Amino acid sequence: MDAHLTLRVDGAERSLTVDTRTTLLDALRDRLANTSPKKGCDHGQCGSCTVLLDGRRIVSCLALAVACDGSEVTTADGLSPDGPATDTLPPEARRLHPMQQAFIDHDGFQCGYCTPGQICSAVGMLDEAAAGHPSHVTADLTADRVALDDEEVRERMSGNLCRCGAYGNITAAVKAVAHR
Amino acid sequence: MKPFDYSRAADARTAVATVAARPGAAYLGGGTNLVDHLKLGVARPDLLVDISRLPFDRVEELPDGGVRIGANVRNSDLAAHPLVRQRFPALAKALLSGASGQLRNAATTGGNLLQRTRCVYFQDVTTPCNKRAPGSGCAALGGYNRYHAVLGASEHCVAVHPSDLAVALSALDAVAVVLREDGELRVPVAELHRLPGDTPDRDTVLGQGDLITAVEVPTLPATARSAYRKVRDRASFAFALVSVAAVLVVEAGTVREARIALGGVAHKPWRATHAEQELRGAPATEDAYRRAADAELAAAEPLPGNGFKIPMTRNTLAAVLRGLSEPDPQERR
Repeated sequence: MDAHLTLRVDGAERSLTVDTRTTLLDALRDRLANTSPKKGCDHGQCGSCTVLLDGRRIVSCLALAVACDGSEVTTADGLSPDGPATDTLPPEARRLHPMQQAFIDHDGFQCGYCTPGQICSAVGMLDEAAAGHPSHVTADLTADRVALDDEEVRERMSGNLCRCGAYGNITAAVKAVAHR
Repeated sequence: MKPFDYSRAADARTAVATVAARPGAAYLGGGTNLVDHLKLGVARPDLLVDISRLPFDRVEELPDGGVRIGANVRNSDLAAHPLVRQRFPALAKALLSGASGQLRNAATTGGNLLQRTRCVYFQDVTTPCNKRAPGSGCAALGGYNRYHAVLGASEHCVAVHPSDLAVALSALDAVAVVLREDGELRVPVAELHRLPGDTPDRDTVLGQGDLITAVEVPTLPATARSAYRKVRDRASFAFALVSVAAVLVVEAGTVREARIALGGVAHKPWRATHAEQELRGAPATEDAYRRAADAELAAAEPLPGNGFKIPMTRNTLAAVLRGLSEPDPQERR
């Protein structure tokens, strides 16, 4: 069965017809040519396909595209204040999101495959922490504010695997943005 | 993946009528378990009725001080809700110990309860599994069974229910509100899931079309304290080997009330009624906690790979009860 849907992807409205079996990840990559979210495990276990769906981080491999009709999707490509990459703006002129810059400053990756998912997840995670959401390692569940130390960052980012093992520098990058 | 039709439910009654009338139809919530099973070929519905935008998205205080949780409340939002964090720490802690941040943002309350009871063989369509293909056998019995059941299993299935939320809700005496065509039904969460017996293909007591619309958690006694503890192979994002949810009321050194549920040990969240009986009126001591654990585990039947779960359950249960009967540093501030 085919279904028609409209998404707002990185600020631009996109309409498309998909087989109902299409995941949001495959719609983004194969139909909308947005290869920023990566297909790692395709089963929700690695986090490399993480995007922000209506502002919240999710794994796009376990979301059916048709169920996202009408939603706003932000991928790592759309995090820049200049919007997604275009042919008109030279890459060197394009400003990065603070989390993207922090990953560069702290050497938060090696091969880079998990990085767009790590960055989207970190951006979503900081919003959750700013809203006072506790985590499994938060000592006082009723506290209004959480201090993002290494243990908190590692727990909150546990849905993103890095097979290169860049976790130490990823943690440093996320903390650098969190503590600004 | 088998082709399927998709429709977004306009209202709950229509959704129930649609799914009840069509054996191949299934509800779609957050999709975190179902979409995975569609890909694996484990779930093969021909129609998905998407209920995720129905307005069951609120957490409300009940007149008695309990909470009513809409079935579509996401796991992350429920864990972060002030009422849950203040009154039901076991519930918040259970939610936060489950899955990952991304999955908790998508997974719903109803969907978490109705995720499949499963094991690695259930998810591998090349292996025998009585739950996935009744009558085909159980590959876990002679295979990898480290994660499997030690209580209430059968020769047909030794899988465990992986939800943390369901374990906490069982200990909290929560009730699932279920809509079916002829009306509304209230099912205690502790009775929602089944033991495998000779029909392991059925995880719950619900019928085709039954729709969980809310979960109600009654208030706790004023002096009750609750906790949830999960033991797993990794520090985060892993299923429980063993988990314990407990509500404890201790007065003058004596246990007045204990409600205990165990996770990771059975085909369903395991309400530890033998341990509860043993504890009622007993001194709030380590000895009594261990006797209660032994009473519950007397019927345990380990498989070759999971005998460790018996001492692990005993130790975890004793540790949780000990923690609940010690003075709370937060309460003394």
